[in-house]
Order: sequence, then structure tokens, then C-alpha cells
Amino acid sequence: METTALKKEAVHTPTGRQFAHFDVEKIRADFPILHRPVYGKPLAYLDNAATTQKPLAVIEAIRHYYSAENANIHRGVYHLSEVATRKYEGARKTVKNFLNAASEREIVFTAGTTDSINLVAAAYGRKFIKAGDEIILSHMEHHSNIVPWQMLCEETGAKLRVIPINDRGELIFEEYEKLLNERTRLVAIVYVSNSLGTINPVKDIIELAHQGNVPVLVDGAQAISHLKVNVQELDCDFFALSGHKVFGPTGVGVLYAKENILERMNPYRGGGDMIRSVKFEKTVYAELPHRFEAGTPHIAGVVGLAKALEYVESVGLEAIAAHEKALLEYGQEALSTLKKLKLIGTARKKTGVISFVIEGIHPHDIGTWVDRQGVAIRAGHHCTQPVMDRYGVPSTCRASLAMYNRKEDFDTLIAALHDIIKVFD
Amino acid sequence: MEELRELYQQIILDHNKSPKNYGKMVNCTHASEGYNPLCGDRIKIYAKVENGVIEDIKFEGEGCAIAKASGSIMTALLKGKTVAEAQQLFEEFQHLITSDVRSNVDTEKLGKLAVFAGVREFPTRVKCAGLAWHTVKAAIEKKDELVTTE
Ligand SMILES: Cc1ncc(COP(=O)(O)O)c(C=O)c1O
Repeated sequence: METTALKKEAVHTPTGRQFAHFDVEKIRADFPILHRPVYGKPLAYLDNAATTQKPLAVIEAIRHYYSAENANIHRGVYHLSEVATRKYEGARKTVKNFLNAASEREIVFTAGTTDSINLVAAAYGRKFIKAGDEIILSHMEHHSNIVPWQMLCEETGAKLRVIPINDRGELIFEEYEKLLNERTRLVAIVYVSNSLGTINPVKDIIELAHQGNVPVLVDGAQAISHLKVNVQELDCDFFALSGHKVFGPTGVGVLYAKENILERMNPYRGGGDMIRSVKFEKTVYAELPHRFEAGTPHIAGVVGLAKALEYVESVGLEAIAAHEKALLEYGQEALSTLKKLKLIGTARKKTGVISFVIEGIHPHDIGTWVDRQGVAIRAGHHCTQPVMDRYGVPSTCRASLAMYNRKEDFDTLIAALHDIIKVFD
Repeated sequence: MEELRELYQQIILDHNKSPKNYGKMVNCTHASEGYNPLCGDRIKIYAKVENGVIEDIKFEGEGCAIAKASGSIMTALLKGKTVAEAQQLFEEFQHLITSDVRSNVDTEKLGKLAVFAGVREFPTRVKCAGLAWHTVKAAIEKKDELVTTE
């Protein structure tokens, strides 16, 4: 459905030029799932903030690992175990380079962002956070960066302090400055909000916290596939990410932590692989980062994650960001022309996340309706109930972008929205 | 599109827009709250039951068109029915929305409830249609805890 905004946007030179430069069809060809129809319609996958699709290279890397290289790591002296160990540790190096960490000792493989944050809460929080201490979060955190800290507070008697957001969905920085004090022991902040798309000024947040020697954890789940992350330049103390949000497998993720902090932390889970020697009298723990990787890890997942990062690198995050920015502007402008539609989250700096509500139509009905036209969007609270409360809505619809999305995905969505508005009117 | 129109029939859209028996009841004898964790929707049911008969019934809450229309049509249907009849209708409704898509719908027996046959094509929406019914069942059976669709 053509609207005036669409026509206007199509001749918009800066964004128009960007669409031309980025060969989205070439990228789409690498993602098999994008070519399967849904209800007989072409798939418009717009739920990338929930999880991303996987390129063939990743699927193949996992298949190859299981077909030709599978063995347990760090144990056998035989060939396959050596190959698997090399693959696994090689992946660590890939992650280290991708994040520009100082050393592979700072890269801990986990089950995902949630697991990474829980690791920090348990191994760092329990040791260094006490009754009366304060942990600062923001109002736009994902539940996985709220609940572990609440649990820690309940256990220790520490307190949560929450940085408020404005109507656009931006952090109110002055409020953060006021919340920081001599009782603050940690700042845990989302880099990019999964329900609003807001990009937080994490570098400034970290700089300010460090003036009072307060460490900062960055929830990078939504940043990793959209922004170039350089942990040394950010100077963050912890950075958490999930493989499945960056075109890799589910069930695997990363915790980056500065070496001098990891050194001082308690072990997380006890078991095999995290020890140097075990006697009933005393156990000596393994070197970093293995100390935090008890048990047989998700080796194939780690292999797939490394391949996914290589894939992203080959496309280039700058090119990805520019493509997504053009798409975001196109989508936001086109959606804004729909009557009764309200965007939730209009931060001046944001990634390709568009949350919206339509007066008189519940997000769930919208989700079902557009699904039948092949459009996958999320309808719900997106694991950010405090954000929903802030805007006084129980849920929103959310379209979220990845590098393989194109204008047509929005066009299909918008045509479907026109239909449902008509039917519900 | 056909399945969508089957799901969002005009009757459902009308009840969504102007639901019947919507609002609070102060002098109720039974009340219960239902919750669908998938979408965060909540519904409250109030009922006045005297001598085993549902004299009055109301509902309120946030919900999609299916959930709201279900609450509206259900309350209209249950007013004046006995508790036993309500339980019977609950069973029939459950059977309808969880039955095989291809099976025939006994429209004569189900009456107005037959409009919900369309949800069978939409497995993710069956819970929306059932929320009000599960909540009313809990209310008249005097279970006080929060009912969820899980
Ligand atoms: C901002 C943010 N943080 C954390 C998470 C949790 O990630 P995972 O479920 O992969 O552990 C998500 C995923 O939805 C997210 O969007």
C-alpha cells in the first residue's frame, strides 16, 4: 500500500543512496529460513530483537562440528579431542577480537545474556555487595537485568535504585548523576533497549561511575548485532551477550569481564573443567576463564557463535548500522502516517526497534492479523514490564530489524495494518 | 484472510467495541481474577449467586478482541443460569475451542458460542478465548487464587 510518506521516503536521497549501496539480496541469500513461505506468503521476519535467523555458514559450521570434530574438550589426548579443544579455544579468540578485549582470559562462555548476568550477581555480587549497598539500574532494563539483582538484594539487604526515563524513552542522565553516591557498588545498564530501541550513552555512564570506582555491567544483548562494540574503549567492567541475537545458536553466550575483576570473583558453579585439582580437603580452581565454565559446555554452540561473529564481521557493522538506520527511518515514517497509531520509544539515538500501539486494537489481535500475511512481529510486554507501566500500556507491538530486512517487509506490515484498522473500525 | 474473517467475525468485533456486562460489581458473592502470562492480559469476574443461580455477573479487564468478546458473550449467556448449567457450558466451550479444526460444530447446541469456532485455526489464541471461562469457573467454585491460562 503506497502512502505519501512512502513515496516521499523513496526519493529521499541520503537513505535512498544507502539502500542502493547495501546488497541486502546477497545477504538474504545466505539465510535459508527467509525463503520459506508462511501461510503461502513470503516471510517478513521482523522479530529480530527476540532472536535472529542463522546464516548457512553457521548452520554448516555446527553440522560440520558434529559430523567431523565432535569430542569433549580439555580432556582426551586423542586427535578428535584436540581438534574440538582447538575449535573451542579458537572461538574464544574470535570473540575476544570481536569485542576487542585485552585477553582471552576475559572471555567466559555462558548459556546467554541471562546466564552471564546471573554469573556476575552470584560470583561478584555475593562477594562484594552487602547490606545497605546500592545497585543502580535503569527503568528500561530487560527482566534479566532486574531479577538477578532483586534476588541478590533480597539475600544481602542491598537496595536497587532506578534511573528514570523521559517520554521519548531516554535515560534522564541528571537523575543518574544524583543516584550515584558512596553506597553505590554497581551500575547495571542495558546498552540498547529491546522494547524501545534506545541506545544508552553507556560510555558516559561508565566514565561517571568510574570516578567513584563503581564497576559497570553492560547488557549488550541488543547491541551486539547492530553496533560496533569495543569493550576497552567503553571501559566497561562486564559485558553480557547472547549468541542467538547475533545470528548464532541459542543456548550460548558470553560474559566479558576485566581480568583483574574476574581474578577477585568467587567461582560460579562447581564441577569439572573449573578445577586444577580436587581433594576432599581442598580444591584448587582452574585458571581464568575456565574457573567460570564448570561442566561440559555447549561446544557446538560456541563454534556456531564464532562463525556468526565472523559472518557479521564480513558484512561489517558500519554497513549494517547504516542500512538499518535507513530502514528504521523509512519504517517509522510510514507507520506514523497510520491513524490512531502511536510509537512507543522515540529516542533520538535508537536502533531498529519500533514499538507501537494502535488505539482500539489490542497488540495481540494485530500480531495474529499480520502473521497471516507472513509478517512476524512481537506482541507483548517484551520482558520489560516496567517500561510498559511507564507508558501505561499492558503490551505493545514491536517490529525489530536485522541486516537482512528490506523495505518490502515494512510495506507488507503496513498494508496489513491498514486492513486490520479498517476491519476493527 | 478467510481464516482471519472467520476468527474476527462481526459479532466478535461488536462485542469487543461495546462489551456487555462490563464493569465492577460491589455486592458480588463470588469474584476471581484471571491472567494470561503470554500477553499480560488480566480479567476480573464478579458474580452474584443466590440459591445456586447466577443472578448477576460482570467482567472487566485488559484484553484482546477475542478475550473481551468471550467475556461479553459468556456473561450474557450465564446470567440467570444455575451453577451446574454454567459448569456444563464451560465444558462445552472448552470442547469447542480445543476440538479438531475439521470437526463439525453443533451450532444449534452451542448457539452464540459457535462464533468462537474460528479460534481453532489459531492455537496461540485458544487461551484468549478460554480466559474468561476459566476465571468464571474459579469464581463460582470459590477458588480465590489467581487463575492463569498456563
Ligand atoms: C536487552 C536484553 N537483555 C537480556 C536479554 C536476555 O537474553 P537471553 O534470553 O538470550 O538470555 C534479552 C533478550 O530478550 C534482551 O533483549
